[in-house]
Amino acid sequence: MNIRKAISLVTALLLASTASQAQQAPATIEELWEIVQRQQAQIDELRLELGEARAAMAATNERVEETEVRVEATGDYVETLAAADTGAQKTTIGGYGELHYNNTKSDAGDSDEIDFHRFVLFFGHEFSDRVRFFSEFELEHSLAGDGAPGEVELEQAYAEYALTENTFAKTGLFLLPLGILNETHEPTTFYGVERNDVESIILPSTWWEAGAGMNGRLGNGLSWDAAVHSGLAMPTDGGSAFRVRSGRQKVAEAIASDPAYTMRLKYTGVRGLELAASYQYQADPSQVAGDGLDSGQLFTAHAIFQRGWFGLRALYAGWNFDGFAVEAAGADKQDGWYVEPSLRFSDNWGIYARYEDLDAARDQDKFTQSEFGLNYWPVPGVVLKVDYRMREHSLPALAVRDFDSLSLGFGYNF
Amino acid sequence: MTRLFFLLLLVTTGPAFAGPGGEAGRYMEAEDYVRGAFPGGSPAPRTLWVSGDLRDAVERVLGHRFAALRLRYWHDGAKSVWILDEIGKELPITIGVTVAGSAIENVRVLEFRESRGWEVRYPFFTDQFVDARLEADGRLDRRIDGITGATLSVGAVTRIARVALLLDDNIKTKG
Repeated sequence: MNIRKAISLVTALLLASTASQAQQAPATIEELWEIVQRQQAQIDELRLELGEARAAMAATNERVEETEVRVEATGDYVETLAAADTGAQKTTIGGYGELHYNNTKSDAGDSDEIDFHRFVLFFGHEFSDRVRFFSEFELEHSLAGDGAPGEVELEQAYAEYALTENTFAKTGLFLLPLGILNETHEPTTFYGVERNDVESIILPSTWWEAGAGMNGRLGNGLSWDAAVHSGLAMPTDGGSAFRVRSGRQKVAEAIASDPAYTMRLKYTGVRGLELAASYQYQADPSQVAGDGLDSGQLFTAHAIFQRGWFGLRALYAGWNFDGFAVEAAGADKQDGWYVEPSLRFSDNWGIYARYEDLDAARDQDKFTQSEFGLNYWPVPGVVLKVDYRMREHSLPALAVRDFDSLSLGFGYNF
Repeated sequence: MTRLFFLLLLVTTGPAFAGPGGEAGRYMEAEDYVRGAFPGGSPAPRTLWVSGDLRDAVERVLGHRFAALRLRYWHDGAKSVWILDEIGKELPITIGVTVAGSAIENVRVLEFRESRGWEVRYPFFTDQFVDARLEADGRLDRRIDGITGATLSVGAVTRIARVALLLDDNIKTKG
């Protein structure tokens, strides 16, 4: 019985197993074909979608590239407009100015004066990589015209030509390469409300003439300048006889009978140091024959040392004139020198002291002067100044004109 | 006087129109400067758009409007190279600045167009910028000794060094 039951049970299990195997049997070829066709359709559909996506991506990339090109072109155009607006490309504008207040006390009388001494505009233009133009236009003492104290002056207007990378020629109206301040005199670049007197009376800065010149920059820190240009026409009589400053013609319908020649050698090859010497010769500084002023020679040299907070400037300038009249007047030798130590505590503050000794043609231009003062630069292009000067004349008769002066100044350049 | 003047005029200015003279004060081409900064090969130039806070910061350093909308620069790893123009007194000075690791590696005057102040090209001046970094207030972390007679050009080169550090910081902050 048990055996029969067992056989029946085994048989039943076998039948069940067979039926199950019949249910999981491999698909027929037809079924497989159907599956493959469905899958192929899906693949085709995906391929189509991929192709469309790729095309869309390519179109997007193309649009992005087009947009980039348009943005760059827009940028170029806007920058061109901006450059034209600011003049930053070929033509540039700059300027400087200075306002002075002087409170002077002297036995000859006290005075208070405020004066917008200089208002200057620069215009520069780059004609090409090799030809450039520089100019400087100035209004002095704020008001010009008949009876007014000021002047409208053209201080520079010249073209510079590059002969080689480091050799240049220039023609036109230019500042002479003499001294420290004559070429670089923006008020933010020097101490003191008023410019030093040696570079005003002996070197009559700002001194410009018309002519032609050359300069070269050598690789070892040496540079040279040479120029032939219009000269002085110094008066030989009157209160300003043989006064160099009165001889400047400012290239205003100037007498051009006798040219002058100026040369300079400058060394700036070591950090913080500048050494320079200039020489000028003029065959007839009055440009009038037979008036007792026959020729003039100017020599000037200066040294500048600036390292860290410490600065030192020293300059000598002297004239030698030939001619019976200038010798008889005792004005054949005119010279002066100054020394100026300074300390700059920060980018904003600096103090200085200066001592000057002058011996020029006029009696009032023979004196010594001590001064000290302070510069404050709130930003690099603006300066506020205060100084105190004490002048003592060399001639006892002029002691009454000795003075002490407190000066305040405001200057800017851009 | 007249004869002498015209003779000198001819001698001095004639050659400027007669043949291939030098380009005034052009000391180095920009491409050569970039090549020198990346001896292993110059990376492709990139463009930085100068807008928003960056423009404000640049204009604060320059003290005037910044005319360009964007700048070309070269960047590889921690090093970036900038070629920028700035006016000292009259005409733009072209200056190359290499910044590496947020400090200046090199400053070079590539072209000097102004009438005076060309001494800023000398290494005794430009070497002062090596290793300089920006302080939090946007100033350099050191004093740069000026050159008398070149005060305005010195100011221009110093401003550009600060701007280059500012721009380098900007591209690194933005990643």
